Amino acid sequence: MIKNAFKRALWVYHINTGGCNGCDIEIIAALTPRYDAERFGIKLVGSPRHADVLLVTGPVTAKMEDKLKRVYEQTPDPKVVIAVGNCGASTGVFHNSYSIRGPIDKIIPVDVYVPGCPPRPEAIIHGIAKAWEKLEGKK
Amino acid sequence: METIMQIVFVPIGIASLGLILSLIFKGIDRRIAARFQARVGPPLVQPFRDIMKLMLKETIVPENCVRWVYESAPIIALVGSLMLLLYIPMGPFNAPLGNFGDLILVLYLFTIPSLAMVAGGFASGNPYATIGAQREMVMMMSYELPLAMLAAATAWKVTSFSIAKISSTVIWSTVGPLGLVGILLLLVVVLSVAPAELVKIPFDAPEAETEIAGGLLVDYSGRNLALFYLSDAVKSFAFASLIVALFFPFKLGTTIWGEFLWFLLKVLIVMIVSVTTVRVAAARLQIDNIAGYYWKPIALVSLAALALIAIDTAVVI
Repeated sequence: MIKNAFKRALWVYHINTGGCNGCDIEIIAALTPRYDAERFGIKLVGSPRHADVLLVTGPVTAKMEDKLKRVYEQTPDPKVVIAVGNCGASTGVFHNSYSIRGPIDKIIPVDVYVPGCPPRPEAIIHGIAKAWEKLEGKK
Repeated sequence: METIMQIVFVPIGIASLGLILSLIFKGIDRRIAARFQARVGPPLVQPFRDIMKLMLKETIVPENCVRWVYESAPIIALVGSLMLLLYIPMGPFNAPLGNFGDLILVLYLFTIPSLAMVAGGFASGNPYATIGAQREMVMMMSYELPLAMLAAATAWKVTSFSIAKISSTVIWSTVGPLGLVGILLLLVVVLSVAPAELVKIPFDAPEAETEIAGGLLVDYSGRNLALFYLSDAVKSFAFASLIVALFFPFKLGTTIWGEFLWFLLKVLIVMIVSVTTVRVAAARLQIDNIAGYYWKPIALVSLAALALIAIDTAVVI
């Protein structure tokens, strides 16, 4: 029982590190009645202190670099980081821009990548499902 | 020997039964809210899963908090909520401490979890939590007057503050037509106080997660958050039980377990009407609107109810 504690009770904190908002809209779409992530126990929370999963979008601008680190450190262990969208995985269309410090895995360890520009809500839910496996393995 | 058994084991039994029932009721509440929104919703055991997960998480204590207040607030909140269950009768089962406390004590006990959250919020040293704590205090000040009117009006009619006495008389049958209107108004008042007492939408400004990042609870994590979560569930159950004990003490006249199931059904209906439906249908109110709502219309309605019941009592006698 204890082993499966995280399996269906993941609380998600969402942070945008300077993306175009496309991924963020898809994340919201994943929580709408049509996709209903709450039936898997996935819940969006307002504070990183409550979170198990960090959904990070955007290519990490210079301004957001230390904020992202701080949010990561504020999240209690065990935790999983999911990079949503191409920007998060590889800085995407912002590649080599003067103001970009990303991609995300240069700043904090990323466990799951969800590619797409933006990824579909199904893909985001699938990514969070992958995070379960990661969390159970981690403990 | 028997008294020791009664003093020690009955409260423990009631507390653990109350915890389990409250979490199941929370699960039902979430499920029904989901169905209202045309979703499937989480399974009924979801609150148990959440609690178990929170217990396994790391519990972070912020560096600049007042540690002893911050750490004791969740425990005080949970103990305060569990104490409520010892004073409110659960259908056919009398409250174990029912002889030692009355409606006034219960209304004071209802403020303890909120006060503990306020203390914990201030102690955590987070600006968001401070805003949330201030809002919670404003809200408590607004809804306490209608609740006091409720206690005064029921006691006026039943001539006793004892919950056991109030719940053994069906209050609807003791009044004339004027008093009936008064009790209906009281019911409206107490049902509209319920979401604020339990900090649910539309009165969840102290915990507004999209606005002040979880408010009071912003810095709580792991075990401490789980205790607050439990305290919230138990408090919801206790408040619904109190409404049932005051307004719907109807008996079916079956066996004791049938009576208990009937009681649970009534609690569930009260919960759905006053919390679930409202929280699905409404959006969050601003804190000044909340204060205005309780100080103006609801306070007036509760005063009118008290006056009607007083007039009714004078006329009948």
